[in-house]
Amino acid sequence: MITREDVEHISWLASIKIEDEEKDELVEHFNTILEYFQQLDEVDTTGVKPTYRVVDLANIFREDAAYKSLSQDQALKNAPRTENGYFKSPRIV
Amino acid sequence: MDDVIIGLEIHVQLNRLHSKMFCGCSTAYHDSLPNSHTCPVCLGLPGSLPVINKKAVEYGIKVGLALNCKIEEETLFYRKNYYYPDLPKGFQISQYDYPLATKGHIMILGDNGAERNIRINRAHMEEDPGRLVHAGTIDKAKYTMVDYNRCGMPLLEVVTEPDLCSPKEARVFLDKLKSILDYLDVFDGTQEGSMRIDANISLKGGDRSEVKNITGFKGVEKALSYEITRQKNLQRRNIKVVQETRHFDELRNITVSIRSKVGAHDYRYFPECDLAVMRIAPWVPAIRAALPELPDVKRERFVKQYSLADDHAKSLTSEIKLANFYEAVAARASPKLAAVWIADVLKGELNYRDLSIESFQEEQMIEILQMLEKGKISEDGAVQIIRTLLDRIPIEIGGSPSKIAHELGLGKAEDDAVQKAVREAVAESAAAVADYKAGSERALNFVVGLVMKKTRGKADAGEVHRLVKAEVEKA
Amino acid sequence: MLSELKARLKAESCEEYLCGLFEKIEKSSLNAFTTLAKESALKEARRFDKNPGRGLLAGVPIAIKGSISTKGIETNCSSRILRGYIPPYDAHVIERLKSEGAIIMGKTNMDEFAMGTSTETSCFGPTKNPWDQTCVPGGSSGGSAAVVAGGEAPCSLGSDTGGSVRCPASFCGIVGLKPTYGLVSRYGLVAYANSLEQIGPLTHTVEDTALLMEAISGHDERDSTSAEGARHSYLPGLEDGVAGLKIGIPKEYFGEGVNKDVEKAVWEAIATLESIGASWQEISLPHTRYALAAYYVIAMSEASSNLARFDGLRYGERMGEDKDWHTTFSEIRAKGFGPEVKRRIMLGTYALSAGYYGRYYLKALQVRTLIKEDFLRAFKDVDLLASPTMPIPAFKIGERINDPLSLYMADVFTVPINLAGVPAISVPCGFAGRLPVGLQLIGPHFCEAAVLRTAQAFEAATPFHKAKPEVS
Ligand SMILES: [Mg+2]
Ligand SMILES: [Zn+2]
Repeated sequence: MITREDVEHISWLASIKIEDEEKDELVEHFNTILEYFQQLDEVDTTGVKPTYRVVDLANIFREDAAYKSLSQDQALKNAPRTENGYFKSPRIV
Repeated sequence: MDDVIIGLEIHVQLNRLHSKMFCGCSTAYHDSLPNSHTCPVCLGLPGSLPVINKKAVEYGIKVGLALNCKIEEETLFYRKNYYYPDLPKGFQISQYDYPLATKGHIMILGDNGAERNIRINRAHMEEDPGRLVHAGTIDKAKYTMVDYNRCGMPLLEVVTEPDLCSPKEARVFLDKLKSILDYLDVFDGTQEGSMRIDANISLKGGDRSEVKNITGFKGVEKALSYEITRQKNLQRRNIKVVQETRHFDELRNITVSIRSKVGAHDYRYFPECDLAVMRIAPWVPAIRAALPELPDVKRERFVKQYSLADDHAKSLTSEIKLANFYEAVAARASPKLAAVWIADVLKGELNYRDLSIESFQEEQMIEILQMLEKGKISEDGAVQIIRTLLDRIPIEIGGSPSKIAHELGLGKAEDDAVQKAVREAVAESAAAVADYKAGSERALNFVVGLVMKKTRGKADAGEVHRLVKAEVEKA
Repeated sequence: MLSELKARLKAESCEEYLCGLFEKIEKSSLNAFTTLAKESALKEARRFDKNPGRGLLAGVPIAIKGSISTKGIETNCSSRILRGYIPPYDAHVIERLKSEGAIIMGKTNMDEFAMGTSTETSCFGPTKNPWDQTCVPGGSSGGSAAVVAGGEAPCSLGSDTGGSVRCPASFCGIVGLKPTYGLVSRYGLVAYANSLEQIGPLTHTVEDTALLMEAISGHDERDSTSAEGARHSYLPGLEDGVAGLKIGIPKEYFGEGVNKDVEKAVWEAIATLESIGASWQEISLPHTRYALAAYYVIAMSEASSNLARFDGLRYGERMGEDKDWHTTFSEIRAKGFGPEVKRRIMLGTYALSAGYYGRYYLKALQVRTLIKEDFLRAFKDVDLLASPTMPIPAFKIGERINDPLSLYMADVFTVPINLAGVPAISVPCGFAGRLPVGLQLIGPHFCEAAVLRTAQAFEAATPFHKAKPEVS
């Protein structure tokens, strides 16, 4: 069972702020969905390998050659806040 | 300081590569405008996809082998999920289970003067995050500016076991690691930020703190020393050291606490399915066969082959270019004399001027040594010639030592004085000359001593011996 | 049909045709386009009128799902957080379309970040089903399906993570293909669940889908999951028919939960296939009932990571005053994402978090293996599988949006295909009342040719693809 505290922790991990009044509904939705997911417990998967990739490819590489990068203008074009060629981020601490 | 436990995580930029880890942006960004070396991939634009730089993997294997690691047969990338403005995708492509290389070790000279085995836990590949520029210090800045030129640089993270016992040992370890990377030609340590270190430090029985992102080897020693003092002081005042992440403030030479939220380090690793697995076992034999002779082996060979003292051999093998320089000179001059002059004199003069061995030429060294051997210049003269040659860089490169000897009046005059002293000494030592002619080789030592006295020790004893012998034979 | 359109464009004026479409779009009530690239499209049309060129799709206008990167054209995934984002690069498929002479008309509405089955989670509001504007067009490529069905574009591209091409194709009565994972490059497709999704065409006819597949498929070195091999032409052999073809009918895809009209239409379709030379037998895909749970665990987990980059720093909206970065980004993400996206990111975060990885994510990947093996086993006995695409016809707008689980249930027959990575097509096979029903044909990995050939034979034998909604 997911609790309000769990929801708060997940919100922190996912970097999505949630308001107090949203929490109860989220707890309910999450529990309904997770309960549904728990039917996976019925499946015996002992010795079954997980499938991360459906098509089994190995050793896909590129050669070490440089190409033309975007210009500084192009790189910054979509940024909401910039300064002197840098992206401007809120303070860290 | 055997109550100190230090483990290092060293992020090495594989900056001899031309392109980044997962995209084709150039690695030569150091003199460029911020954010001028990015593309949809390393900027994390929606829809872009990474592709692995093959040579980066080869370089990683090379380093792994040189660190005596086991190379994983099948290795893969994971996503390490966390939010930080230097991380444009909100995750770092790194390795987790099945890292490229595990369980290695290298030898260093420990604080107690004995060789110590430092275990390597693992070496794994990842991408470098961008660079943050704080307006002021990290804890007081109003905002932070981000440059993604560095983002996506190929990194190898080398993780040691907590086997280091002091800041000095950490420094010695890093020097050794750097030397190996230099030999492998995968790393250029002169580039800013090319090696960044996270250090875990604890006092025996206490919790550890992690100091993040220290640049420079001096920085490591300072950060560790500060952190040890801080922890010891806490202990003395009976305050518990809390497990936390700290940042080294280079300007103030202190460490400061950054984010220590409980449970914050939940990286939610899972395989990066945009990338295929790497089955690298078949590559290993060829890469191993092509490994160069590494510093320790070369050092032993120098001791044996050239009869060098161990510290000379060690000094000469610290950098591959220096070792090669030495061997080229030793092939055409006295190996022992070459060792003394390169390790003790030239290296010091280069360091003093912040120059590399590439600033000096083998031919120049050979000429100087030959002049010395022939007694054409004194040791002082040789030092003066080396200094002059280096001081003239970059106005004159590859100048001639004999020309400088002539210009400075170091050559001919000295030579004449020695010759003159030899003639005088032989004339004044009739008895010794007679003894020599009667078969006593040792009798010449008296004459040599006399010459040395007359030249006030400026002349080279070996050379004088040769000259005296020639003079006596002539008579 | 595109072959007819191509002839008409050459004989008449591409610019006029395109102007006609834009007029229709501007008057439309479907809310299917979110961005129009009118100026650049008309310029291309005029260029075509002067010099038609020889590309496979020369002069053919095409609508593109809002999650496929188009250089210079806003690509916002119908999310507030990406409003105003103009990519500096084209997706691989866009490069291909352009090099074949196609004209990009604009971007279509979708469920926000492709998370949905109804196109209702879009920040631009729902797209309407051209057959009944009180109903959803399906999702998440609802805009791409509605513009084709509603006559606003002759063809379009969508993307299919768990049915997002086939579901709207089925609800809107057109053809939609999800290719084998790896056949079409994902370079430039904004990721929702990267191990599951593929870009696919939405068209009026099977032949048109074959033509678009020829244009967009093939190896791309920028996508490390892209299959090797040269481009394939799907037109030769398309008319070869189904004589001798063995079709498997997965028993788990019928019965409980399936709308009676849908079931009836699909059985009639199977009878049609039999009448033109195919045979059928019942088979079993025993792990089908676990597919939805496995799919949603995997998709949400991947999504939680794929959508971590939306932080308002490099692109997208940044609202209000900056605080410390974690607070600022958390607020941006809270305002920028809609409720369903937030729900999936948070559940995915939970499923990957310490202590739950094995229980949810790893378990789901193991079940995925079993589901994939179900298909591989089935394809030892039969050539193709046939089933309903959706268990239900299009539902009313607003009917399910507040009950996430009931919305997920609608994907029950489409998600196993993405888990297994096999190709599947949805073709119109009848009606439930006024609403279209789709037949799903599923093939083994990289057997698109067989899937298309069967779909073509079915289409040739039936009138459903000719039915057009009356759009006011
Ligand atoms: Mg790391
Ligand atoms: Zn790049």
